[in-house]
Order: sequence, then structure tokens, then C-alpha cells
Amino acid sequence: MLQRLRENRSLQGTLLVLPTLLWMVVLLIIPLLLILLISFGKRSPDGNVIFTFSLDNYLRLSGYSTDCPAGGRVCFDPLYLQILWRSLTLAFNTTLLVILLAYPLAYFIARAHPRRRNTFLFLVLIPLWTNFVIRVYAWMILLRQEGVINLVLGWLAGLLHLPFQPLEMLYTPGAVLVGMVYEFLPFMILPIFTSLEKIDNSLYEASADLGANSSRTFWRLTLPLSMPGVVAGTILVFIPVMGTFIVSDILGGRQVILVGNLIQRQFLDARDPTFGSAASLILMVMTLVVTYFYTRKFGFGEEIVVA
Amino acid sequence: MTSQYAVELRDVVKKFITPEGNELSAVDHVNMRIQNGEFFSMLGSSGCGKTTSLRMIAGFEWPTEGEVYIEGKPMGRTPPFQRPVNTVFQHYALFQHLTVFQNVAFGLEMEGATNSEIATRVGRALEMVQLRGMDRRHPKQLSGGQQQRVALARALVKVPNVLLLDEPLGALDLKLRKEMQLELKSLQQQLGITFIYVTHDQEEALTMSDRIAVMSHGKVKQVGTPVEIYERPSSHFVADFIGESNFLDGKVTASSKKEATAFVPALKTAVTGIPVSAGIVKGEDVIVSIRPEKIGISDKRVRNTNSIRGKIANTIYIGSDTHVIVDALDTRLKVWEQNHVSHLDPKSFYTVGEDVWLVLKPENTLVLKKD
Repeated sequence: MLQRLRENRSLQGTLLVLPTLLWMVVLLIIPLLLILLISFGKRSPDGNVIFTFSLDNYLRLSGYSTDCPAGGRVCFDPLYLQILWRSLTLAFNTTLLVILLAYPLAYFIARAHPRRRNTFLFLVLIPLWTNFVIRVYAWMILLRQEGVINLVLGWLAGLLHLPFQPLEMLYTPGAVLVGMVYEFLPFMILPIFTSLEKIDNSLYEASADLGANSSRTFWRLTLPLSMPGVVAGTILVFIPVMGTFIVSDILGGRQVILVGNLIQRQFLDARDPTFGSAASLILMVMTLVVTYFYTRKFGFGEEIVVA
Repeated sequence: MTSQYAVELRDVVKKFITPEGNELSAVDHVNMRIQNGEFFSMLGSSGCGKTTSLRMIAGFEWPTEGEVYIEGKPMGRTPPFQRPVNTVFQHYALFQHLTVFQNVAFGLEMEGATNSEIATRVGRALEMVQLRGMDRRHPKQLSGGQQQRVALARALVKVPNVLLLDEPLGALDLKLRKEMQLELKSLQQQLGITFIYVTHDQEEALTMSDRIAVMSHGKVKQVGTPVEIYERPSSHFVADFIGESNFLDGKVTASSKKEATAFVPALKTAVTGIPVSAGIVKGEDVIVSIRPEKIGISDKRVRNTNSIRGKIANTIYIGSDTHVIVDALDTRLKVWEQNHVSHLDPKSFYTVGEDVWLVLKPENTLVLKKD
């Protein structure tokens, strides 16, 4: 038996892959198929799933409904389309802002003295030691009406004898954006740092030698060579931002509802797993489509695509 | 109006702080004058300060003391992109995200050349290094030798007054390296550009250079033509570093301005008429250096010569030469004999234990100061 295993290379391969394969099938493929199945089902009045083939949930997501509160056979409500669109634009904006904030920081760390570099990386990672939810709550304390920011602003206004009305920051799209950017910043800094660090110093010297000053070196050399890091970071940030519901739940309240919140509520509050499953699948398709086109253009960030 | 010297280093010192916090002089009061159109090599083992000197000319490092002049102008802290020199880097430092064409065009774009001018000049540069038709490839798709040529074209396309080369052939295999040595030399002669070439390979330096600076521990030991460096080394260090030699202790028994007589105890003989370097005085303990290829070997005594009896201790056949180790009196000498005649008969070579006569010509001997 052992002898046969030693000789048969394809059997060896199969054995090595088997645990992961089982894991993926049991915990990913089967649940996904279940979700697909449920999304075509109907909700029974007591909140259970009636398995059938109905497109109602998808129609409802697209805004059309046969169950009209105002009467009539078919009515249109763009509520869910708005939620999907909001999630998409928020994910775009978050990723863009995170890139803009992370790049200079990663650049600074990569060019710092090697001894200090580790300290800086350590500082970037420290927030990740605290629970995700607690970090979002911290923003609540900062942003709310009688929060730290308003307190400081009020105190400053008092000093200058200016009238002061506390700013409404919490439960706004801005608050959600700030929270998202904060949460996902490290996931952009690290890959960009890695790709910047990989650039050999002799390349900077060659660029200077050929007549490029530091700003031209940056645009012609540093930026293109660090693009793999930006691409990898974008994938790491965009996908979770599309699906997360904690940040918008805590910092957005009822004002900023994203797909993640919609799905969560269907399962936990509205007890409609069929509609929740449909929304989950649409979210997945949206993320896949965006990621597909993005990676087709830029690769996965592993290296520059050689033409 | 160009200056007499392409590059001049005046009393240049470069100090570094080691990780342990000590101060280290990588370059220690170096003076060099490199002429226009010269192929000048800096030769030395690693850590001798040759690369640091080159980097100070390029502008990647600034001298701690002293001054680098390029075409008579003091460089001070002029950044690399404002210096009229270009560098070929040790590991080429090609831009992997750009094509061969874009790599070579990079420096011209920085000058603000027009597209048509760039196309012409890049084309000409690629032709010069025999890389025509490769312009759309990426550096990764090229062999080591081809990458080396791209690096060369990228620097030469700028038509610099001085080209700096930092061990550019170090990563190539022997055969290709020899080819490139000759190619570089003829390119330099054809273009008339000053080449400053850093290498640890003495054969490479001897092959290509008009003049060589032998460096050690941050100091210049000797500057001279390849012939001067090999035939008239100014110190024990240079004689030992360049080529091979037999070193024997001696004592000067008589000396004039040009010649000396030294008694060599190991050979129980006095060698007369030896060319000397400056500052040798009578009675001084010196080192007598004899190159192995300059010792004659014979199985019979040759009349009217400085002949010494010896016994063959070992022979090594290396193709063009046979290296013979001879025990002579109290010492052991290396003697190289060229294999003039094609022979398969082992009897035609010396055998171990055979008695021979060694012929030492005074004019092939050197008296060197003890370091």
C-alpha cells in the first residue's frame, strides 16, 4: 500500500489536496448551492422556506413587486437598487480614499531607515489587535453629537466667542466612509509597502543617473513598479467593504443601509431567508464582476504583466 | 574648452559609520587624474574603495573630505541627474516594467528630446550594441549578456563625456566576458569617451585599460599602464596582487640610482644589476621579486649566467604552460615554462626528483621595499 503510494505521484497529489477539497466542498460549495436553491424558494407565512422555482426574490431586488401596498398588479420601488448602488459607490470611494492615504504612508515606511521600519510597521498593525467592533464603536464616541470632536470644536468656538452648533456626523454616509477607510487602511498599507520595499535601490540610482529628478523618478519608476501592491491592496479592501455590515450598522444607523445590512436583516429580523439568499447571490455576482474586470486589466498584483 | 582631465579626485576621503558605530574610511585620501578619452580601471579586491570612488564620481555618494572634479568643475553635492556622466551598473539595474526601447529611451526623455530624435538615437544605440530587433522585448526575456548590452546602450545613448562601469561583466560566464572585454575596448576607442572601469579581475584590467589604479584599503597603491603595473610594481603588495611572483628576502649590498646588488640568503647568491624603485639604500632589508615565467630552466648548466642548482618538486600541466615547482637551496621557486612543442611523451616534461639548473637574469628581478 505504502509502496504504491510512493510510486504513484498523482495519488500523492490527490491525497495532499483532499483535506482542503473536503473543507471547501462541505463548507463552501454545498452552502452556496443551498443559498442558490433557497433564493428561488418562497417564504411561508411562519418564516420557513418553501422550495419551489420562483423569480420573485430577484424581481423584488430589481424593484418590481406584485405585492403592492398601494394597490395595482405591478409596482416599482427602487429601494433595493439604491442599496446596491450605494454599496458599490461606497466600496469604490473607500478603496480610492484608502489608496490615497495608504500610499504616502507606505512610501514613507519603505524609505525609512531599516531599523525604524519595523517600528512603523508595528504601529500600523497595532489597531488590528483590538476587536473590529470595538474599533468601530470608538468612532461612535468621536463622532456623536456630544462626542470628542464636537466637544473640542465647541471649546475652540467658546474661546473665540463664536456661535457653535454641534455637527451631526454620526449616522451619515460620511461617518460610514470614515469608519470603512479606518478599518481597511492596514490592508492597503502592507501590500503597497511590500512592493515598494522590493524595488532595488540601484533602480533609483539608475533613474537619477539617466537624468531624472526625484519627482520624475516617482512617476516613471516608483509608481509603476509598486502597482502590484496597489492592485493586491485594492482586492483586499474592495471585496470585504462590499459585504461588511458592522461599520454601516454602528456608524450609519438606519440612515445608511448597505447590501450587508439588507442581508443580515432578512435573516435575523425579517426572517425571510429566500430574499436574503437572493441578495447574497447578487452581492457575490457584483463583486465577482468588478473583480474580474479589475484583475483582467491589472492582474492579481503578483507582478507586472509582461506583454 | 574642456579641462585637461576628464575626472579628477583631489584628496578624497569617504567615511562610513559601521553598524557597530565605528568610523570606517572606505576611501582614504585618494588622488586620481583621469585623462580625456582614457580607459581607466580601478582594480582591487572587495572593500578596497574602488566602487565607493566610482559612486562619488557618479554622485550617489558625497565625499566626506576632498573634492571630485568633472571636466575641471568641482562637483560638491551636485546630484547624479545633473552630472555629465552615466553609469553601467553591476547588476544592470534595468527597468523591468519597460521594454528594451523604453529603457534606452528613458535618459533621452529626461533630456526632453523629441520623439523622432529619441527613435533615431535609440535605434543607433541598439545597433551599436548589436541588439537590433529586440526593442519590444522586456529585460526579463533577454539573456544576461543581452541585458548587459541594454544597460550599456542605455548609458551610451546619452553620449556622456565619461562612462562609469561598475564590474559590468561580473555576472557573465568566462567566454562571454572575454568577448565583451574586447567589444567594450573597441567601443571605447571608436567613441573616444572616457571609460572609468571598476573591477576585481586583474586580467580584465590588464586586457582593456590604458591605465590602472591598484587600490587597497581605501588607498591608491600604484597608478600606471598595464605594463608598468606588471613589470615595475612599486610595492610588494602590487607585485603580489598582480600576477604571481617568487618573493625572497634580501639585503642590499650596493646601490646606485638605477641598479642595486642584493644578497639573497636563501639562494646563497648576490644578484647584481637589479632595477630598483626609488628610496632603496645600502644595507636595507628588501624583498626580491622574480616572476615565475622569467626564470629559465634547463637540464644542463648554462655558461656565463646566474645559475642555481635545483630539484623538481612538482609539475603541473595546464595546457599552454607547465608550472614547475623547484626546490633550490633553502627555498622553493615557482617556474613557468611555455609548452613550445606539441608532445604526448611524458619524458619530454620534467619529472619529479630530476636535477635542473635555474637561470635568473638580474634584469628580470626586482628589489622592493618591505611593506
